[in-house]
Amino acid sequence: MISLSDFLIVAAILFGIGIAGIIINRKNIIVLLMSIELMLLAVNTNFIAFSYFLGNNVGQLFVFFILTVAAAEAAIGLAIMMVLFRKSGTIEVNKLDLLKG
Amino acid sequence: MWFEHNILSILIWLPVLGAVAALLSKGDKAARLIASGFSIVNLLLCIPLYLAFDTSSFAMQFQENHLWISAYKIHYAIGVDGISLAMIMLTNFTGLLVILAGCQAIKVRVAQYMAAFLIMQGMMIGVFAATDAILFYVFWEGMLIPMYLSIGMWGSSNRNYAAVKFFLYTFLGSILMLVALLYLYIQTGSFDIQHFYSLHLSMHVQKLLFFAFLLAFAVKVPMWPVHTWLPDAHTEAPAGGSVVLAALMLKLGIYGFLRFSMPIVPEACEYMAWFMIVLSLIAIIYIGLVAIVQTDMKKLIAYSSISHMGFATLGCFMMYEIIRRMSSVPDAYMSLEGAVIQMISHAFGSGAMFLGVGILADRLASHSRQIKDYRGVAARMPIFAAFFMLFAMSNVGLPGTAGFVGEFMVIMSAFQAHFWIAMVAALTLILASAYTLWMYKRVFFGPIVSDEVAAMQDLNWLETTNYVLLAIGVFFLGLYPAPVLNLLHVTIGHILSLSMPA
Amino acid sequence: MYVEINLLSIAVVLFLLPLAGALIAGLFGKQIGRSATHWVAITLVGCSFLLSCYLFAAIVLLGHPPVEGVIYNWVTTGNYHFDVAILLDHLSVTMLFIVNFVSFMVHIYTVGYMADDPGYQRFFSYVSLFTFSMLILVLANNFLLLFFGWEGVGLVSYLLIGFWFKRDSAVDGGLKAFIANRIGDVGFVLAIAAVLTYFNSLDYHTVFNHVPAVLGQTIRILPHIHAHVITVICVLLFIGAMAKSAQIPLHVWLPESMEGPTPISALIHAATMVTAGIYMVARMSPLFEYSPAALSLVLILGATTCLFMGFLAVVQQDIKRVIAYSTISQLGYMAVALGASAYDVAIFHLMTHAFFKALLFLAAGSVIIALHHEQDMRKMGGLAPYMPITYLTFAIGALALAAIPPFAGFYSKDAIIEAVHLSTTPGAHYAYLCVLAGAFVTPLYIFRALFLTFHGKKRHEGAVNESPWVVLVPLIALAIPSIIAGGMLIGPMLFSTPHLLGDSIFVLPQHDVLTAWAVDYKGAQTMALDASHTLPFWLAVSGIAAAWIFNMARPEWSDMLKKRFSWFYEILIDKYGFDKFNQVVVVQGTRRLGEFFYKVCDLMMIDGIFVNGSGRFIRLFARVGRHLQTGYIYHYALAMLLGLAVLLGWFVLGF
Repeated sequence: MISLSDFLIVAAILFGIGIAGIIINRKNIIVLLMSIELMLLAVNTNFIAFSYFLGNNVGQLFVFFILTVAAAEAAIGLAIMMVLFRKSGTIEVNKLDLLKG
Repeated sequence: MWFEHNILSILIWLPVLGAVAALLSKGDKAARLIASGFSIVNLLLCIPLYLAFDTSSFAMQFQENHLWISAYKIHYAIGVDGISLAMIMLTNFTGLLVILAGCQAIKVRVAQYMAAFLIMQGMMIGVFAATDAILFYVFWEGMLIPMYLSIGMWGSSNRNYAAVKFFLYTFLGSILMLVALLYLYIQTGSFDIQHFYSLHLSMHVQKLLFFAFLLAFAVKVPMWPVHTWLPDAHTEAPAGGSVVLAALMLKLGIYGFLRFSMPIVPEACEYMAWFMIVLSLIAIIYIGLVAIVQTDMKKLIAYSSISHMGFATLGCFMMYEIIRRMSSVPDAYMSLEGAVIQMISHAFGSGAMFLGVGILADRLASHSRQIKDYRGVAARMPIFAAFFMLFAMSNVGLPGTAGFVGEFMVIMSAFQAHFWIAMVAALTLILASAYTLWMYKRVFFGPIVSDEVAAMQDLNWLETTNYVLLAIGVFFLGLYPAPVLNLLHVTIGHILSLSMPA
Repeated sequence: MYVEINLLSIAVVLFLLPLAGALIAGLFGKQIGRSATHWVAITLVGCSFLLSCYLFAAIVLLGHPPVEGVIYNWVTTGNYHFDVAILLDHLSVTMLFIVNFVSFMVHIYTVGYMADDPGYQRFFSYVSLFTFSMLILVLANNFLLLFFGWEGVGLVSYLLIGFWFKRDSAVDGGLKAFIANRIGDVGFVLAIAAVLTYFNSLDYHTVFNHVPAVLGQTIRILPHIHAHVITVICVLLFIGAMAKSAQIPLHVWLPESMEGPTPISALIHAATMVTAGIYMVARMSPLFEYSPAALSLVLILGATTCLFMGFLAVVQQDIKRVIAYSTISQLGYMAVALGASAYDVAIFHLMTHAFFKALLFLAAGSVIIALHHEQDMRKMGGLAPYMPITYLTFAIGALALAAIPPFAGFYSKDAIIEAVHLSTTPGAHYAYLCVLAGAFVTPLYIFRALFLTFHGKKRHEGAVNESPWVVLVPLIALAIPSIIAGGMLIGPMLFSTPHLLGDSIFVLPQHDVLTAWAVDYKGAQTMALDASHTLPFWLAVSGIAAAWIFNMARPEWSDMLKKRFSWFYEILIDKYGFDKFNQVVVVQGTRRLGEFFYKVCDLMMIDGIFVNGSGRFIRLFARVGRHLQTGYIYHYALAMLLGLAVLLGWFVLGF
């Protein structure tokens, strides 16, 4: 029997990989987007796990919402990335420091 | 009459309406006409206000009261007593002068300029009329915005520094006033200023409130040592901005002392009276000396304004000492009335002088304000020289001109407070004549300095109209101040009775 | 009742006429032209003069009681009422008469003197305005209106000294005059404030009636120094008078005022305005009488001024400056009379002085225009045959000034010397010595001027003609009273009962020198005839003789003296160093102090440290803080994560 904690551990690992992807990754902005997706999926996993074990369907409902938003977000993120590439000729994270004080 | 119930609202919002109309108008000429029209109507509306005003009552008159923000019991509550009425009339008079002067001097963004000054005029009338603390605060701060814009947009070379300095300085002061008002609200459960008067606060609280108010009002007056924004703001502002600053905005500080500090925290005021007297005397002497060495005409007049406002603050806070020494209340009337008259009379003299600097600068391609760039102007502009001499004399405090009345009354009272206060205050007779006439001499007399000065034209009809209006004011107040004082007696008496420590 | 209203309204019209003249000349002068301007101004002042004659006759000659009346209420505040109100009594109508007479003459004279000046109308406007202010000063029944007039004449004096405003020296002279007068005004204003504080009123008669009540009161000046209120008031008042009447050390402006046109020197800086201080002290006699200390001060300062300013006149080369220093010296005489409680004598000398000094100035002006604005006496000489009338009138003025009987100055100056002789005020001995020495110095300088200008070799090139009739008529009209006024008026002014000035003057019995002297007085003629037995007469004669010897007979002797006593000569040329002191200490000192306050306190301390300093501090903070913002997303993400961890840790572990 897979217990709730197994699900949570998997989700935490996924989430950690996502965070690590964001922090460690210095090359490509697409990896960044993927890491964000990964983190969202980790959260989704948690939602589903809790929904199943607590017998509450609202959690699964949320997952649908999040998936929709994530899809939209990915689309917008990619679009921004395209514009960024056109403007600056690069999508390398190390080179994007417009916010530098 | 039909408008008696909302004449004050009309006075406040008509200029704002005029500002909108000016902004929507097509072409500079239309904007000038609209703005002049609105300010003339506003000035004319003061006549019925003055006639219907009952000078025998200290109560707020022409009151209007509507609930504005119910959650905090904030009201749109306005009304006038003698002092506010006098100041409102002065505001409208000055407003008209500034608009008329602007018609001539301003060539770029005319509509916006007119709108800024009309809004400023409306806001200032609002400040003087408000009887609700939050409404007062809103107008108080609202007035800063057009002033800030006028310095920043139509000012001269260093305008950004001056505008920001002006805004931050005055805003910093008023923030603490807001805190004080909120405290008073918590105590009384109302923002009605009248309710604040009946509070009996402990000395400790009174002192804190006193300092909160002091910072707000002292910056506005301005008192030494928080005066350094004024010379910069004056020099960089367009002529009209300088006139409004000197003639009206400085008076708000004194008005605040009379309306808030003294009646709400009388014991603290009495306790701090010596401190205030010393600051005022420093302003009179120190600033007078500083004015002597100025090379920029506007800076010189700005410093002279600070020195003159020293008399107004002196008159306000000297009353405690007079009552203590003479042990009679009527003696204090002269001190307070002198302070209020000084507020009003200073508007004419310094306003006229700032206009004069504008008139001179307009005639020079470099728009210089430096004294050394002018010399021998009297030979080319005799009418202007004669008018300017009159206003310079008012600034010097010559009997028969407006500048004398307040100064005289305050010095007379000062002697009742203490010999040395009078002695130090009276030194202004020497200092004021030294800096004013020395400047006059260097600008107007002597041989003509340059071809540009030699080519100057004397006043045109619009400038002459302005100056004639001001000259009438200077002479009227100087020769027959009794009507203005009549307006004040009862109100001053009321403020006196409120401001007496229990 | 009917008559009183009548007199009052006459007085109102009387002082409004010159004002109307000033306004017409000033505002419409250009439109109506030059001749219309002078006709209007002269006619109006002439009418004013006639009215003052009428008032003089009504009150002094016919004995109408003094009239007082309020014109309007200026300010009411608390318990105080300040009114614009006038008083017609013996003193004020006498002054009215003098002021209007001299002013009228000067108006006429101006037509000739200013004939080709571009500022003709402006000049008339100023002179009429001056007359108006002076009349206000004289007519006032309270300190406030007195101050109005006081400042009004100061203003016009400033404008007129700087009349030729393209000349720097003229403008500087005007500024100096105004500021010196303002220094005096500080005293005057404080005196008014003290009067108001202790008497609760500014009306003369209320104040004078309450003097006994205030007599014992003292005022704390310094923690341990108390002074009598009356003394404080009187000293402060006299500081005002010192500036206006050019007493040491506030006399510095009067010589500079000679930069103005000559009619002005005659009217303002000799005959009327400068005597305002004397008039004021005489008017305040009920106060001064109760303050021996103040009287002593007046006496000693007056005596010092009288002698030491006389010395300066001896070394001047500019004819107008000689007369200017002479004026200061004569004002010193008047102050001495005041200090000796002989107020009537002071006013008497004020009156004769007004006539002969105006005469001297106008005659000097006549010479100056004849020589095309040459004022240096070294370039004059031998003018008598060319300008007989001017010469004659100048000589009359000089004789009157030198106190030669029976000219007007003899009576008044002799009266002063006698009064000081009899006075018991502390300092009277010193004053007596000074006025006696002055009796020698006065003829010395004025006859030096007379000899240098009219006698000897003609040193001026070019033709010299007598002046036109508009110049000569006032000279003659002033010469007549310069001869006769003294003998005619000494009896009524000093010795008849009641005196010509009636109750306007108050003298305590123990100070009353005139009554003591009246025993010896046997009429004006006897006084003139007996002069040869008196010391002042022989001093005056020897003064004239000395002037003749040193300037005509043996001019080389004066050079010898200059060499022998060069140190003293240097001091005199330096004018005792007053100008230097003012320039170095007062003017430079003030400016330095101003510079210090501005540059160091305002710009460096307040603006530099506090205002811009707080701005700088915030910038500095930001400059360090900005390095936290790297612009890299992963840094922000890490910061968020760490922040989250810290917050969660705090929340969960509950630190």
